[in-house]
Amino acid sequence: MKLEQMYQEIILDHYRQPHGAGLREPFDAETHHINPTCGDEVTLRVKLTGDTVADVSYETLGCSISQASTSVLTDLVVGKSISEAFTILESFQEMAQSRGKIAGDEDVIGDGVAFAGVSKYPARVKCALLGWMAFKDAVARVKEEAS
Amino acid sequence: MTALQAPSTGLDLAAIRDDFPILHRTVREGRPLVYLDSGATSQRPRQVLDAERTFLETHNAAVHRGAHQLAEEATDDYEAARAKIAVLVGAEPEELVFTKNATEGINLVAYAFSNSSIRTALSAESERFVLGPGDEIVVTELEHHANLVPWQELCRRTGATLRWYGITDDGRIDLDSLELSERTKVVAFAHQSNVTAAIAPVAELVRRARAVGAFTVLDACQSVPHMPVNLTGLGVDFAAFSGHKMLGPSGVGVLYGRTELLEAMPPFLTGGSMIEMVRMEGSTYAPPPQRFEAGVPMTSQAVGLGAAVDYLSAIGMDTVFAHEQELARVALDTLAEVPGVRIVGPADLTDRGGAVAFVVDGVHAHDVGQVLDDRGIAVRVGHHCAWPLHRRFGIAATVRASFHVYTTVEEVAQLADGVRAARAFFGVS
Repeated sequence: MKLEQMYQEIILDHYRQPHGAGLREPFDAETHHINPTCGDEVTLRVKLTGDTVADVSYETLGCSISQASTSVLTDLVVGKSISEAFTILESFQEMAQSRGKIAGDEDVIGDGVAFAGVSKYPARVKCALLGWMAFKDAVARVKEEAS
Repeated sequence: MTALQAPSTGLDLAAIRDDFPILHRTVREGRPLVYLDSGATSQRPRQVLDAERTFLETHNAAVHRGAHQLAEEATDDYEAARAKIAVLVGAEPEELVFTKNATEGINLVAYAFSNSSIRTALSAESERFVLGPGDEIVVTELEHHANLVPWQELCRRTGATLRWYGITDDGRIDLDSLELSERTKVVAFAHQSNVTAAIAPVAELVRRARAVGAFTVLDACQSVPHMPVNLTGLGVDFAAFSGHKMLGPSGVGVLYGRTELLEAMPPFLTGGSMIEMVRMEGSTYAPPPQRFEAGVPMTSQAVGLGAAVDYLSAIGMDTVFAHEQELARVALDTLAEVPGVRIVGPADLTDRGGAVAFVVDGVHAHDVGQVLDDRGIAVRVGHHCAWPLHRRFGIAATVRASFHVYTTVEEVAQLADGVRAARAFFGVS
């Protein structure tokens, strides 16, 4: 059944008990992203320490997919260098936008591979990427302010 | 085929559904399609598809230009479609302008005000459409973005102020939330909300607008396709609706404007077809509706819309409305039995159309929609281009089931089962 392929148990676990949820201090940049087609929202904060992603905190108003993928994001990028985090992000994004053609590399994106099924549903890809794009934007803002 | 008889109207739904080829396909690994998204776009019967094809195979030519036989026939077909639509909505043919959709129709009116307000060397009659600082445009909080954003933009361009009626807890326009004044120049509102399905008190709103000398603009996208509408009888100044929501093609919509207003209005889009005389120094413009139909218009789409009007008229709009109310009753009754479901809109059938929007506590609308989709049930999820309405109710998204004359009670009954399955899947109890 397709439904279970899309909503893998890992996704439902993250949705029910999201990791790193809530907005925390201190932070270097905060972004607010919306999905204009459905009105879902995420507010996301990033704290960098040197070149390392020290913390990602967030609040989401959205579906299970957007909440779970933001939860997975925090697991994957917190503690990593910015360049490592962006490698993960690009790998996740590539899978999410592949229309089911790329399974995703578990060594790179960990629990993120659970979202491979979501990539078969074009209307839900934006949900899966909402938090990730907010993160990308937030890091860019920190860098902008630093330069 | 008693199972497909509509209980109250006696409609032969099996025969109707045979006219709609798409309703017989399957989706998502062999599940029969249950199409409950007609509020977004309706499906088209063979009669509409055939009319377009016949036109293209036998009469196609650019209308209102050329003197050859095909040009004559194409023009006759195009104008015959306008005349059919006029009968359906209780208007004169010359009061109807073909647009690409309802959004363009509303923008056409907004730009008539805008262009008048620039006070270029247009006709003196356009003075009555001039807006400026201190003037007010009134809308409602339940509007589709198509009847909100054009007015926001018009305010930005002219310095006028946007005000709005609020919404009651059951999703109706709250008439007590705003007083019109002599400053009010336009009152624009939806005949039927595309989310809550509440039908607006048009007569009262028109009375209030007239009392202060304001123009009325009716978004009729969710009314003309689903119920009897007589625009002249309603007394509105303008109205807009789209073809694709009334069993017709996309790419064609209709703007209604009272004759004396269309005659006084400056054009929106300019170019070929809409002129009276052109000189290098400047031009004069054709009378309406041609003044507002610049360029080669959509023709097979207009003809297809005429065929859709024939189809709906043969059934009768009273019957269509009665059928959809029956479907709404089934939806409301069956959803009421599902724990955690909250209807966004009137809970009974008084002054209410067929769409049913709801939220499910603990399951996001997107996720409900996904479970329904997995069962072959197509609904709309999200804010349905009515973001302020959703914000008013403190929600990001709703699930909306919407119907048309081909929808069956059995299909609607599957909705509640699907919502139960969604609650079970996400472990909500």
